[in-house]
Amino acid sequence: MSKNDVTSPLVRGENEELLTGWGRTAPSMAMVQEPAHMEDVQAAIVHAGARGVLARGLGRSYGDAAQSGGATVLRMPSMNTFTLDPVTATVTADAGASLDEILSGIVPRGFFVPVTPGTRMVTVGGAIAADIHGKNHHVDGSFGSHVTSLTLIDGTGAIRALSPTDLLNSNDFWATVGGMGLTGVIVEATFNVIPIETALMSVDTERGANLDELMNKMIDADARYRYSVAWIDSVSTAGRGVITSGEHATLDQLPAAKRSTALVYEPKVVATAPKFIPGGLINKLSMRAFNEAWFRKHPKSRAGDIHSIAAFFHPLDGVQEWNRVYGPAGFLQYQFVVPDTAGHVIGEALARLRAVGAPSFLTVLKRFGPANPAPLSFPEKGWTLAMDIPTGVAGLATTLDGLDELVADSGGRLYLAKDSRQSPEMFRRTYPRLAQWQEVRSSMDPHGVFTSDLARRLQL
Amino acid sequence: MIDALGDPQSVLVLGGSSEIALATVKALPRNRINRVVLAGRASAALTSAVEELTHSGIKGVVTAEFDATNTASHERIIDEIFDAGDIDIVILAFGMLGDQMEFESDPNLAVQIATTNYTGAVSSGLHVARRLRQQGHGSLVVISSVAGDRARRSNYVYGSTKAGLDAFAQGLGDALQGSGAHVMVVRPGMVRTRMSAGLPEAPMTTDAPDVAKAIIAGLRKGKHTIYAPGNLRYLMGVVKTVPRPIFRKLPS
Repeated sequence: MSKNDVTSPLVRGENEELLTGWGRTAPSMAMVQEPAHMEDVQAAIVHAGARGVLARGLGRSYGDAAQSGGATVLRMPSMNTFTLDPVTATVTADAGASLDEILSGIVPRGFFVPVTPGTRMVTVGGAIAADIHGKNHHVDGSFGSHVTSLTLIDGTGAIRALSPTDLLNSNDFWATVGGMGLTGVIVEATFNVIPIETALMSVDTERGANLDELMNKMIDADARYRYSVAWIDSVSTAGRGVITSGEHATLDQLPAAKRSTALVYEPKVVATAPKFIPGGLINKLSMRAFNEAWFRKHPKSRAGDIHSIAAFFHPLDGVQEWNRVYGPAGFLQYQFVVPDTAGHVIGEALARLRAVGAPSFLTVLKRFGPANPAPLSFPEKGWTLAMDIPTGVAGLATTLDGLDELVADSGGRLYLAKDSRQSPEMFRRTYPRLAQWQEVRSSMDPHGVFTSDLARRLQL
Repeated sequence: MIDALGDPQSVLVLGGSSEIALATVKALPRNRINRVVLAGRASAALTSAVEELTHSGIKGVVTAEFDATNTASHERIIDEIFDAGDIDIVILAFGMLGDQMEFESDPNLAVQIATTNYTGAVSSGLHVARRLRQQGHGSLVVISSVAGDRARRSNYVYGSTKAGLDAFAQGLGDALQGSGAHVMVVRPGMVRTRMSAGLPEAPMTTDAPDVAKAIIAGLRKGKHTIYAPGNLRYLMGVVKTVPRPIFRKLPS
């Protein structure tokens, strides 16, 4: 309020919004714009303020990757058109198009995305920037490996067409894959899609009574299936778990009556988490009950079950805003990869987190295939473990710092799309190709327009 | 940046030799701290503060020349500090106690402490708020005092500067509500420091490390006002309701 027409620097601006990642920790305020055209993106970059510009998709990275205090944040899902070319089996999509939207468009036409993470609520731009992986990494690699070209607006506002096969800019392409949005704003991308006969999955389930058995069965499953993942009971000291493996179901695997509707794709949202949950629903008791029930729910061994795509790939998308169940304090996901030779780190990580009483109902183990050429891409050949943990657990910071050491000593690293707390030293130590990436990035963004809270925290 | 577990990377102390502020910096989770700016007038106390923090293993401790009473310089100094990198936590900790009897015999001395404790805080606090607002995150911790809760015969000049500072900080917190930046007002009782040396101890007197603990716990919970020790909140609630004729007769 001013008697004269004075604007206070403390008054909230019209488009300002507090942003967090999926874990709902460490919010920061940004000016949010929703670009309608590529020109809007260019204008935002050319007129960037001192705090810079960052693209944001659907906010599914857990930590601070898609937020940038004081910056202009471009909420990309406002540009979300895409086209399928069934002849070349490629999709060309705006960066803001989500895998959810794309799947709804292409599954009925007999195609599937090359890689999907555990949620379909991610954008194409985000999928490239985080170089996401799915249950088929051991066979197909990460999302960036299936991108044939992309269009990016660089730090000067210029349009760049990048491709992994063009010698003139393949370095720029690979710096953008896994580059966390810091090389420019991706506005469009073309990627390969895979043909499917049905919108269903043929799923085999196997239990492992302890961690060794589970890991051995996983190695075995990887040789036989395109998709595989293990859920681990984080409460059990044995490290028991359930492996789910699958393939896209073929027409002849369906009963005759179901073949005419084989490509019908109707993912459903069955519930929405309440707006406010005091202190969170997650505690040791509820966690024990959940893990027990989840383990019991799966048969000891079963083959050839037919499941929907949504049930197999995206079970959590059935509950909207499920991240609220951890309560207002929020949560984090600790996901690391270690080489095959360091498989013991999995058991050690589970034991240490159990020791501080960090309850996790989403503990996922997966094997990765070989890495791709992107310097900041997370996956490399070996084991990856992901655990959701509420941030309120006492002693968590020290325990995770200790685990970081163990992971780094074993030649592993943390996933930037999940990270919300590693130190700059840990990051530099475990991403040895950082300098190479930084060199490419400074050529693509000479004035340092693109930045994020993650980039500031890790001194990227 | 503050991380998901609430651990900061950078701290600015206005009043860099304040014992409460130094105890707070020492007690902060230090795994992530890489920059501590101690802003104050060049003095032996400031130099030894840098040594003390560095010696205790804290990384990146530096000083900045800052005089609370030289309000014309605040904009430049605070801008320079923030231009060099985001600040996660600012502790506004400068202040003087003075002697009530001297203030009454020489009002110029009273003006000096009013200028430092109140005017200097309004000026630097507003500049800090502007920068926190621009960076979209960060906390400003304002060291007030229970002396501002109710004026006392024995220290009402000091108390009035803290009352003014406290009201200022509360309003500033409201102005920044929802902006990503946050203000926390700290009302310690009597704390055993250089400032209070030689004075008779009041009930619930604490040490700087106790206040530091309360500050860190308050920051984690996103509190707007804390007392140190916490129970002082209830004592002061009673103190404020005592009728003046009786209050005047209470021992100070």
